[in-house]
Amino acid sequence: MGKYVIRRLLQMIPVIIGVTFIIYVSVYALGDPTVGRCGERACPPGYIAKFRADYNLDKPLIVQYLLYMGNLVQGDLGTNFYGNKVLDELASRWPTTLRLGTMALVVETVIGITAGVLAGIRRGKFVDNLVTVSTLFLISIPIFVIGSVAQLVFGVRLGWFPVTSTQGTTYQLIMPAFVLASASLAYIARLMRANLAENLRADYVRTAKAKGLTNARTVGVHTLRNSLIPVITFIGIDVGALMGGAIVTERIFNINGIGNFLYRSIGQKDGASVVGTITCLVLIYLFVNLLVDILYGFLDPRISHD
Amino acid sequence: MTDTTRDSGLDTTSVVPVTIDPTGGPESRLSAPAKGERARSLGSDAWQELRHRPMFWISAALIVFFVLMAAFPQLFTSTDPYFADLSKAREAPSADAWFGRDSQGYDVYARTIYGARASILVGILATLFTLVFGSVVGIISGYGGGWVDSVSSRIGEIFLGIPLLLGGILFIYTFPPPLDEPLVVSVMKIAFVLGILGWPSIARLMRSSVLQVKPNDYVQAARALGATPSRIISSHILPNSLASVIVVSTINLGAYISVEATLSFLGIGLQPPAISWGIQISEASSIGLIRAAPYMLLFPSAFLSATVLAFIMMGDVVRDALDPRMR
Repeated sequence: MGKYVIRRLLQMIPVIIGVTFIIYVSVYALGDPTVGRCGERACPPGYIAKFRADYNLDKPLIVQYLLYMGNLVQGDLGTNFYGNKVLDELASRWPTTLRLGTMALVVETVIGITAGVLAGIRRGKFVDNLVTVSTLFLISIPIFVIGSVAQLVFGVRLGWFPVTSTQGTTYQLIMPAFVLASASLAYIARLMRANLAENLRADYVRTAKAKGLTNARTVGVHTLRNSLIPVITFIGIDVGALMGGAIVTERIFNINGIGNFLYRSIGQKDGASVVGTITCLVLIYLFVNLLVDILYGFLDPRISHD
Repeated sequence: MTDTTRDSGLDTTSVVPVTIDPTGGPESRLSAPAKGERARSLGSDAWQELRHRPMFWISAALIVFFVLMAAFPQLFTSTDPYFADLSKAREAPSADAWFGRDSQGYDVYARTIYGARASILVGILATLFTLVFGSVVGIISGYGGGWVDSVSSRIGEIFLGIPLLLGGILFIYTFPPPLDEPLVVSVMKIAFVLGILGWPSIARLMRSSVLQVKPNDYVQAARALGATPSRIISSHILPNSLASVIVVSTINLGAYISVEATLSFLGIGLQPPAISWGIQISEASSIGLIRAAPYMLLFPSAFLSATVLAFIMMGDVVRDALDPRMR
C-alpha cells in the first residue's frame, strides 16, 4: 500500500510540471499577456517593455518558467489590474464556491446512486426506462439552459426559491446546487446502473443466491459495494466538470464565488485573474484526483497490488 | 431480464434480439434465430439489433435533419438571418416569424436554423481531430511500446489533467478571435482547442485495444507470414478497436457541441456577428429577457439540446448493440 501511494505521488510530479508548463507557454510565450491591459487599445511600447521586464519575459523561456514556478509554489498567482493579488481575490470567494460544490456533490451522489440502484435492480421495468430516458435528457440539455429555465420556473413563476443567490447562504444555494449537479447526477445514475447490472451477473452473486441469501442482502451487501468503486473514480473526474459548471451556475444565479469572478474577469479582459484562477483550479483538480486514486487503492486492493 | 437470459441457458448469438419496436414484425423475429445458425460477424449482429431499436431510428433521423440544416440552411428558411427590423423587436411568435423576434428584431427561427452550422461544424471537426490524432498516437504507442509508449502516455496524462471547459476558456481567452475573422476560421480554432484537450481519451482507448489484440495467435501468425506492421494494423488491429472508438467519439461529439455553446454563452468563443446557438442563448438569458421573451431562449436551447441528445443517444444505442452482454 505504501509503495502504491508513493508511486502515485511520484507520477503526479511530471503531470503538474507539464500542466503548468503548457499553461505558461500558451499564455506568456505564444499568447500576448498584455492583451486587455490597456483597455480596447493596443498598449504603448514603453508599457510593453516595462511589463516584459517586470514579468521576466525578456529572459530565456526555461528561466521564465522556473521563476514562474517559484512564484506559484509560494502561492503567488499574480496581480490583477486593480492591483489586488489574485490569490486574495480567490481566498475571499472560496467559501461560497466550496459550499456550492459540496452541496452539488451531495445532491449528485445521493440522487444519482439511488436512481442508479433502483434502475439496476429492476432492469427492463418501468423505473429502469424512466431513469434511462430522463438521465439521457439531463445529459443532453446544457447546464446554462437548465439553469435559466430553473430560474424562470422555480424562481420567478413559482417563487419557491430566491431568483438570485447574492449572499450565498445555504438556502439560497439549493437551486443552484441542483442545477450544477444535474448532468453529473445523470452520469452517476447511468454508471451505477451499468455496474450493478454487470455485477449482478457475477458468479459470486449466483453463489450468494444459491446459499439462500435474501435478495436484499445479495444486492445490498455483496453487489452494491463493488458497484460503488467506479462511481468514486467518476466523482474525482467530475470535480473538473463541476468547476466548469460553477462558472455558468454562479453567473446565472449571481453567486459571488470563484466561478463568477472568473466570468467577470473574462468580460473585463483581466488576463492575470483569468490565468491565475484557472491555474489554481487545475491544480486543485489534479490534487483531488490524486486523493481519489489513493482512496481507490484502499477500496480495491487489486489496484495497489500490481 | 437478467434472470431470463441466465435461466434459458442459450448462447447470446441465438437469443432473439429483445425488441420493443412493434414495426419489427413477426417475420423478422422468426428469421433472426435462423440467421443465427450461421456465424454472424459482430457488425451484422449489431445491425440486426439496431434495426429493431426505435431509439436508433429517432437519433439517426435527428442527426440527418440537423446535418442537413447545417449544410443547407436555405432548405428550411428563406428569411435572411442578418435582416433586423428594430420596430418589431421581441415580437412574440407569429405567422410572420414562427419563433418570434429577438432584441435586435432578428427572426429567431431563421437564426436558429443558421446557428446549426457553427455548432455542428465545431462538433464534427473536433471529433475528427481527436479521432485521427488520438488513433495514430494510440496505435503507435500500443504497437511500438517501450519509450514511445511511456512518453506519449505521460503527455496524454498531462492533457487529461486539464478539464475541458477550463482549458477551453484558457486557450481561447489567450488567442481571442479577431472581430473580422471568417466564421470557418474561428470554428476551426475552437475545434482545434477542444481536439487538443480531448485526444488522450481516444489514444488510451486505441492503445488498450491494440495491447489486447496484439498477443493473439492470428496476429502472431500474420507476422510470421511476413505481414508488415501497417498491414497488421489495418487488417487486424483497426477492425477490432474501431467499434468502441467510434462509440466514444459519437458521444464526445455531443459533448463538444455543448462545450462550444457554453464558451459562447460565457462570452468567449464565437462572437457576433457570427450566428450560433450559444450566442443566441447567451443574448436571451438575462433574467429580464427570460420573463419578457422566453421564446428567444426556448427555441435555440431546444435545437441545441436535441442535437446533443441525438449524438449521445446514437452512441449509447450503438454501444448497447455492440455489447452482447447488455441484451
